[in-house]
Amino acid sequence: MSGHSTYVPKSALGRWFESRLPIMGLIHGSFVVYPVPRNLNYFWTFGGILSFMLVCQIVTGVVLAMHYTAHVDYAFASVEYIMRDVNWGWVIRYTHANGASMFFIAVYLHMLRGLYYGSYKAPREVLWILGVIIYLLMMATGFMGYVLPWGQMSFWGATVITNLFSAIPLVGDAITTWLWGGYSVDNPTLNRFFSLHYLLPFMIAAVVALHVWALHVTGQNNPAGVEVKNVERDTLPFTPYATVKDGFALVCFLIFFSWFVFYSPNYLGHADNYIEANPLVTPAHIVPEWYYLPFYAILRAIPSKLGGVVAMFGAIVILAFLPWLDTSRVKSAAFRPLYKFFFWVFVAACLGLGYLGSQPPDGGYVIAARLLTLYYFGFFIIIMPLLGLFETPKPVPASIADAVLAKNNSHAQAHS
Amino acid sequence: MAAATTTEPTRRDMLFIANGAVAAVGVGAIAWPLISQMNPDASTLALASTEVDISSIAEGGILTVKWRGKPVFVRHRTKKEIEEAASVKAADMPDPQSDAARVKKPEWLVVVGVCTHLGCVPLGHSGDYDGWFCPCHGSVYDTSGRIRKGPAPRNLEVPAYTFISDTKLQIG
Repeated sequence: MSGHSTYVPKSALGRWFESRLPIMGLIHGSFVVYPVPRNLNYFWTFGGILSFMLVCQIVTGVVLAMHYTAHVDYAFASVEYIMRDVNWGWVIRYTHANGASMFFIAVYLHMLRGLYYGSYKAPREVLWILGVIIYLLMMATGFMGYVLPWGQMSFWGATVITNLFSAIPLVGDAITTWLWGGYSVDNPTLNRFFSLHYLLPFMIAAVVALHVWALHVTGQNNPAGVEVKNVERDTLPFTPYATVKDGFALVCFLIFFSWFVFYSPNYLGHADNYIEANPLVTPAHIVPEWYYLPFYAILRAIPSKLGGVVAMFGAIVILAFLPWLDTSRVKSAAFRPLYKFFFWVFVAACLGLGYLGSQPPDGGYVIAARLLTLYYFGFFIIIMPLLGLFETPKPVPASIADAVLAKNNSHAQAHS
Repeated sequence: MAAATTTEPTRRDMLFIANGAVAAVGVGAIAWPLISQMNPDASTLALASTEVDISSIAEGGILTVKWRGKPVFVRHRTKKEIEEAASVKAADMPDPQSDAARVKKPEWLVVVGVCTHLGCVPLGHSGDYDGWFCPCHGSVYDTSGRIRKGPAPRNLEVPAYTFISDTKLQIG
């Protein structure tokens, strides 16, 4: 898909450099002349938005690390120091804290886009699995970052999540002690979480590079779900078409982001995290950050410690097997009436699990969480493999150009 | 008969295996300290015991002390609480254990205040059995600290402890 580079440096210095390190040609081939399907919609702009968010989190995070102290006696106070004394500290910290939420909003839309249009299907299996790895790294990074302010939610979130590993038979307790560096979440734990929270974003950046590389080998999927057949007819150059569209989407996204940072900076957080960590008192109701809530609901839905932990991790790991669980020959849900229905029920189930994860674990909430957990796994393990056998897809357009023309013709008829 | 086609191992094969073995040992030797550094060090392990004055705990009261960074509950049980804990049949519980096996003196119950589910601190004098209730995921413990209901798999842990005198307790 990437094709040969047509880059010709204009200056003598450029030619001299290009013959020694052809990096300008690589950038030109990947982000200027790179052919993108001409029917991409706005759901294809989240890759760019996510790249921007990663840079945003790294820049604000590096700056915060200049003022933060990773010690149980000083961590909480140093965060308040950032908020009150450090020049512009408040906006940098609110950008970083809300940036994490924005990162997850974007990644969930990006993943649902892939799920709807079948972007995980051949030949994009490796691309998809790299994405699942990035998502796992994001979850680990977000979790450890939330521990650093050393509030009550930080401490008890860290306690509950690290205790998940104690469910592993035989070696569970030894692993938990190893993770803590002591008998409970304490100073060694805070220190190593800070170290890893600083490291993981760079590992994410490395896997993102592989993700983009894999994308540029297979080319992008598109709303029609048919591969590019004729580069002339089916595609447009990345610059200016995709660059400008991604830029516009990013600006809209940043308005949404700014609204949270400037008007509602603590809406997505939890008030209890403004109480310093106390190892002797658990808050009455502990909840993780909103982006983990569906998985937290799955954990609590299973009436067994080990079973709950296995189901929770299984809910993420199962995503890596999607390319082989989906047996349909058609990629895009636009041409799969039954899949489209089950997909939207799946989205509703995820939102429902998110709500239930924020509620106390008793009575009707637990029963509802069990039903939705059943659907979550049933969607992947039963519905997806069977649909490929029983569903009759609608006729798929012969090419991307045909899909675009058909759409334009129907619009023209509707307007005449 | 045709000659066997298996070739004799050469000196090069021997060198290859020896080389690989040394490299594997080397990688292991480098990995060991890098992994082991995350475990608690000797100074953390040394903080293993705490002395507690229990004379101030009235009957029915629970004192929470910090031991190894975790809360430990010292509960001065009432006659009624002791009776309830001793009379119930342990065989039907998720983690069957008699009350007598969990205490040294019936009026004093000493347990680690960490829920065996996911590590929250349970609340005293609450729950269906008036023992402890964990607010995180709803585990219910009785007046002997045994799990009776909810997701926790085990009873509250009884730490090693000794009575130094009638009013002094050493935990650890």
